Amino acid sequence: MKPVYILNDNIITSLGFTTAENMAAIERGVIGIREVTDPGLYPSPVQLSLVDTKRLNARFSEILSALHKPLPVDSFTRLEKFMILSVYDALENQPVKPGDPATLFVISTTKGNINLLENRYKTLFNHKRIYLWELGRTIQHFFGFANTPVIISNACVSGVVAVMTASRYLQSGAFDHAIVTGGDIASEFVISGFQSFQALSPVPCKPFDLNRTGLSLGEGCGTMLLSVNPGSSPEPRIRIAGAATTNDANHISGPSRTGAELAEAMRRALAEGGFSLSEADYISAHGTATPFNDEMESKAIELCGLLAVPVNSFKGYWGHTLGAAGLIESIAAVSSLRNNLLYRSAGFDTPGVPSPISILAQNLRKEISMCLKTASGFGGCNAAIIYHKN
Amino acid sequence: MDLYITSYCLVRDNRVVVNDRLVFYQENILKFADFIKAVYQQGQINYPKFYKMDAISKLGFVAAELVLKETSTEGLDSGAIGVVLSNASSSLVTDIAHNETIKDRNGYFPSPSVFVYTLPNIVIGEICIKNHFKGENVFLISESFNARLLHDYVGELFENGRVDACLCGWTELNGDIFNAMTVWVTRAGFTNSEAGQSYRPLLFSAENMNVIMSHN
Repeated sequence: MKPVYILNDNIITSLGFTTAENMAAIERGVIGIREVTDPGLYPSPVQLSLVDTKRLNARFSEILSALHKPLPVDSFTRLEKFMILSVYDALENQPVKPGDPATLFVISTTKGNINLLENRYKTLFNHKRIYLWELGRTIQHFFGFANTPVIISNACVSGVVAVMTASRYLQSGAFDHAIVTGGDIASEFVISGFQSFQALSPVPCKPFDLNRTGLSLGEGCGTMLLSVNPGSSPEPRIRIAGAATTNDANHISGPSRTGAELAEAMRRALAEGGFSLSEADYISAHGTATPFNDEMESKAIELCGLLAVPVNSFKGYWGHTLGAAGLIESIAAVSSLRNNLLYRSAGFDTPGVPSPISILAQNLRKEISMCLKTASGFGGCNAAIIYHKN
Repeated sequence: MDLYITSYCLVRDNRVVVNDRLVFYQENILKFADFIKAVYQQGQINYPKFYKMDAISKLGFVAAELVLKETSTEGLDSGAIGVVLSNASSSLVTDIAHNETIKDRNGYFPSPSVFVYTLPNIVIGEICIKNHFKGENVFLISESFNARLLHDYVGELFENGRVDACLCGWTELNGDIFNAMTVWVTRAGFTNSEAGQSYRPLLFSAENMNVIMSHN
């Protein structure tokens, strides 16, 4: 099969508006989750990782000017601004042209413009704007993409599945390039829902830690530019070497008790790349910091015989960003591959999962050539993808 | 590689069609909740968890079960059975229901049993739990039924040996307007269950999915 390379990427979170800004903050150990008091988001204070709205609007306004689009900044929703800024940054100085019919466009989101259900937005936007296909169309038309986007909405594995889907289309020869963008916003809709599950932590989340008390929500966006032509890819070149999804067939809102199905997705992804299990150098886990998720992941890692492989979760930095998570965490993992620097799993002090996995308690300089990225979500879905350095 | 649609199910308006047979018909158009309950009961699906599902999951679940009655999964590895579904409105109906519970600060009662269904792929979870399917699964969104998208996605799964069988389709519900279509896709040589013996499989193609979808 054709190798698929990562040409460029972008991350927008509380920690910055580019991949470089985000990774520099993570290297310094900056945590983007803080207590937020905003009645527009939740009736009482809540731990959140939020994108800086002032900076978002300022940058968005710059882009509208640069592209000679005389449109008001507020004619776009918060999520549309995330996605447009992120795609714009990932495409800058790249040979891939949006209008090229050989460029595929893939979107990952769980809730899209869900805030438009709120009364305060109802009069500001056309009612169609709440549909995910309309979100796709808005971004498509902004950039003039030749192709209608493929839209993935598959709970918390959406981001990994979007990269996997783009990679499969490219490998099949149907397209030469792909722009994959994934995003979600913090909203009262989502915060109140997770709060009703009593899943939210009263302190910034602590993935895999003994004292973890649930997840922290975040918002953000990530974009990857993929191509079968490595031409403009920075060295070292990183390619997507395999990916798989599985389903637990166990429970719609709780993970598998054994981790067998996530382990199966990991094995399949490695096998597709022609790798043995022992070749995995680093695991970028889902690590939501809920008791059951982290437990299940540790069991899956043990089932694959990967107890000695360094593992981290990025959710201690920027929270659980839902449809963005699989993308931004993949991009962070790719950054580790490029720089041979593994990042501390923020919030982790004391091992608190049943299987003795090797959680990164400190940043670690290490020569690595392969990363296994995993994700799991509601609906019993699991996904795994391999990033490999040639 | 030749792939076949060995069974299909259509659920719409006031009727259900399975493999060219009209299996359910109501003269009067019922409200969705009453309609789907009647279809479930007549279909003798017998799965009490059905009653706690949200509307969109009920629709997809029933459309899946009626196809699966016609087929046989004997000899198939559960990890090699995929589910690929799609729609236009995601989980909007249930999103609105969850939103109703948080609109009023004096009557704030968000419920986990509603919130969990505010994801379109939950119906895939329900189908997988009932049938022990553990293979590839994804939920795709498109403005209208996109046979090409489904065909290409599912075709790739077979082409690269990721699945041996796949449930595939469209499960759309918006307000009281609904439309579901499910097909069971397998390689050549697959035999249906006794119920589905009389159906002559169709080649799995975007064109044939469109033909099924346009069935009246």
